[in-house]
Amino acid sequence: MTRSTAIATRELSKTYKDVRALDNVTLDLEPNRIYGLLGRNGAGKTTLMSILTGQNYPDQGTAHIFGRAPFENDLTLSRICFIRESQKYPEDFKVHQAFKAAAMFFENWDEQLALDLVEAFALPAKRRIKKLSRGQLSAVGVIIGMASRAEITFFDEPYLGLDAVARQIFYDRLVEDFAEYPRTIVLSSHLIDEVANLLEHVIVIDKGRIVVDSDAEELRGAAVTVTGDAKKVQEFIGAADVLHRDSLGALASVTIKAKLSGDQREQAKLMGLDLSPVSLQQLVVRSALSTNEGTDKRTEARA
Amino acid sequence: MIDDSKPIFMQIAELIENDIISGVLAEEAQVPSTNEFAAFYRINPATAAKGINRLVEDGLLYKKRGIGMFVTRGAPQRLREKRREKFQQQFIAPLTAEASKLGIGIEELVSMIKTGSAG
Repeated sequence: MTRSTAIATRELSKTYKDVRALDNVTLDLEPNRIYGLLGRNGAGKTTLMSILTGQNYPDQGTAHIFGRAPFENDLTLSRICFIRESQKYPEDFKVHQAFKAAAMFFENWDEQLALDLVEAFALPAKRRIKKLSRGQLSAVGVIIGMASRAEITFFDEPYLGLDAVARQIFYDRLVEDFAEYPRTIVLSSHLIDEVANLLEHVIVIDKGRIVVDSDAEELRGAAVTVTGDAKKVQEFIGAADVLHRDSLGALASVTIKAKLSGDQREQAKLMGLDLSPVSLQQLVVRSALSTNEGTDKRTEARA
Repeated sequence: MIDDSKPIFMQIAELIENDIISGVLAEEAQVPSTNEFAAFYRINPATAAKGINRLVEDGLLYKKRGIGMFVTRGAPQRLREKRREKFQQQFIAPLTAEASKLGIGIEELVSMIKTGSAG
């Protein structure tokens, strides 16, 4: 862990009754980057973020934010903004009062940005929180998360009820604002295709364990799907790491973890094989599924 | 525009290269900023910067401190030469391979190209 690390965890574990929510999580997040925290529901994303924001504590291991433990550390917590999936606000507050409260807490709060976003999301500022729709509530969270300009901002599936247009507004404004005011953003999402291009670094968590921790650009093109005559496909892929295999009669479609050289692509073409790219979403799904075979060990360790 | 086939920074570099070759970005013209690229293509600014820096390293773009990024004089010619070298491998090889698979001889292929480009 260096001084320039925004978030550092070491062998973080957390168990709820019989569920291992986090299993030996060791991560280093650098400042001023956009991280994607990806994984299925129940994978441990929210548990990890609540520990990092001092709203929960680990059974084992350590978590540090800017070198300090977040739990009961007001100084550190004022530098963090955590927008939960179903963030609660005082029901009788009006929308603009919720923003006023946030403005008092976050010293970098940008009122103009908040106002711009209220307009962009067409949010009724004078309506009471309890009268808002699910999507409007999510917009409140997104606006607080962005306008707070906190040094570290966690968005935990912030888009519940937001339609495709509103989500696109969120992504566009996030890129724009981040470009001008770089900060550490951790975006948890299962709409992976939508956010893939925004991410600089990708962390995939599955059943409490980190299965991918890699720069997004490294992941892009890290896998390829080879389709064609099953025998030829097999000949071509050789001993490569297979993520997924489909077959239809004599036809096979195999996704392998491999970066192909120009010569290899040429060879595939000559063999009459089709190569197709694998999206980040497919890669994450395949990685998560292929680790499932290894999860029995975990169950044993628990028993 | 942006797909999953290769790293985004490479795609950004290629998009700018295409604009230089086609003349959309003339010699000595100013190139959009990293943040403008990021916002336009909805990508991470660090990724956009990586793509642009690659062209700076190749000497196709140059920086004017505090002003921005510009197309180097001679960049279009250099890019065209580079693309010509790749042309054989990228286009001619697959073309002749497919042609021979279909039993199209070289003569026939040439005449097809002639009628194709005439039409």
